Amino acid sequence: MIEISGLTKVYGQTTVLDGIDFTVADGEIAAVVGPSGAGKSTLARCINLLERPTAGSVVVGGRDLAALSGRELRRARREIGTVFQSANLLRRLTAAQNVALPMRHRGLEDAEVRRRVGDLLERVDMLHRANHFPSQLSGGQRQRIGIARGLALRPSVLLADEATSGLDPESTRSILGLLTGLRDELGVTLLVITHEMDVVRGIADQVAQLDHGRIVEHGSVVDVVRRSDSPLSRALLPMPPTPRAPEGLALWTLRYAADVVSPFWLSRASAQLGDLALLSALTEEVGGSSVGRLTVGLDPNQDAHRVASVFEALGITAERQIMGGIGVVAGAAGETAA
Amino acid sequence: MIPLLGTAWHDVPGLLGPAVWETARTVLIVMSVVVLVGGPLGLLIFNTSPLGLTPNRAVHVSISWIANLGRSLPFLVLMAAIIPVTRWVFHTTIGFKAAIIPMSVAGVAFFARLTENAVREVPRDLLDVGVASGSSRWQIISGIQLREALPGLVAGVTLNVIAMIEYSAIAGAIGSGGVGYLAVNYGYRRFDNNIMLACIVVLIALVQLIQFSGDRVVRALTR
Repeated sequence: MIEISGLTKVYGQTTVLDGIDFTVADGEIAAVVGPSGAGKSTLARCINLLERPTAGSVVVGGRDLAALSGRELRRARREIGTVFQSANLLRRLTAAQNVALPMRHRGLEDAEVRRRVGDLLERVDMLHRANHFPSQLSGGQRQRIGIARGLALRPSVLLADEATSGLDPESTRSILGLLTGLRDELGVTLLVITHEMDVVRGIADQVAQLDHGRIVEHGSVVDVVRRSDSPLSRALLPMPPTPRAPEGLALWTLRYAADVVSPFWLSRASAQLGDLALLSALTEEVGGSSVGRLTVGLDPNQDAHRVASVFEALGITAERQIMGGIGVVAGAAGETAA
Repeated sequence: MIPLLGTAWHDVPGLLGPAVWETARTVLIVMSVVVLVGGPLGLLIFNTSPLGLTPNRAVHVSISWIANLGRSLPFLVLMAAIIPVTRWVFHTTIGFKAAIIPMSVAGVAFFARLTENAVREVPRDLLDVGVASGSSRWQIISGIQLREALPGLVAGVTLNVIAMIEYSAIAGAIGSGGVGYLAVNYGYRRFDNNIMLACIVVLIALVQLIQFSGDRVVRALTR
């Protein structure tokens, strides 16, 4: 469990982080997202104590690590493992030696180090590359070694700072699978800092959006995705673009609202409302429940209240697209005039 | 004009052999001092800089200034200027011992800069790996900084050895012995072209050999 409260970082006149409050429960995966310049990397550096926060606390295991200094601070840093962007492996050390480095510096015995390096490499599925140098590994493989090294001192919290940035989609997926496995099997608390929304949708339980050094929105990923019109919700699950709307149709935006939406909802709605044009759709599994965003076209003479209640009974929120409707009418009028 | 005869070729090795040994001994002794003093000095210069592990402006500026001092004088001038120190330490101002002091001063200043450059090439992010996993400052310097900078440091030593061979030849002017002394006294003052030629060949071969070996080691160390 990691509790961040009132975390503030000021460089000279610039406030980079402004009172960040954020708690990640044991075994939870939390993501912090935000545009570049929002303060993400500073937040990461304050959490793994590479930077001293100007104010606020970082509590891990009931201890405020940010308040410590000197030798105590050095020890405290071991509570939080870090997976760095592009892995940061030492070029002149083999994969196994890289994983062993924190343990050797910690002063562990040789036999213990060897045993743990073997276990860690096996966990990240890299035992067969133990004696390779970083230059002989792919980006995804390097990051696996980086993760093994982050776990070397058995931290209770693992901080992944843009750990999948710059990896191809395939490697990203496999790294995310590995991280989720760590949580499931080791109970590690994971804090993921990223600008990639796919990562958030893929593994996070909760998400917070950072902007100008403040958390502007946060919640569980499932809740955020279902929010009607928040910027984070739209970023997480963007409305698929609608092709040119056919004439004479009223456009409706649909959003899955219930935990369980029957896979047969489309035919059921059609049975009550008549012809239903599916114009664009995005459905996805997020955090164990399905979410969906769709645009459908209906006969404009349908009673709006009835349409909304039919969809509501199916667990779907429906909203008439006013702007789209006007657009269609204007388009039709324009064509008539011509 | 009276034609001057050079040393007979069969006598050249007898003169050159001891001279090469003198040069090697001087350079070896000076290089030990240079690495042992210049290396730590370079680490201190870098790590007290804003990019280093323990930024400290006052220490950085003063040590940097001292290192510049050792490099700002042409070696011949430095050698002359430093004579009082040499006399105080060795009670002589000529010969092999006298050359050691000015060569060490110039070499240390040079190697401090070479070390600083070599460790600067190690990405800051790699040092952060050590900081974030609770390593001590010395563990980060020896286990990450120096280890990653090793190819650069070897290249620096190679460069420095060659510079010291050059300086040892200049030190020949104060009678330090060695190949430079031979070239000046026989080749220049006595117009002994044979000796001059032999010295040139030996110096070129020496420098080529050192550079070649240095490059090989650097390549072997680079991953």
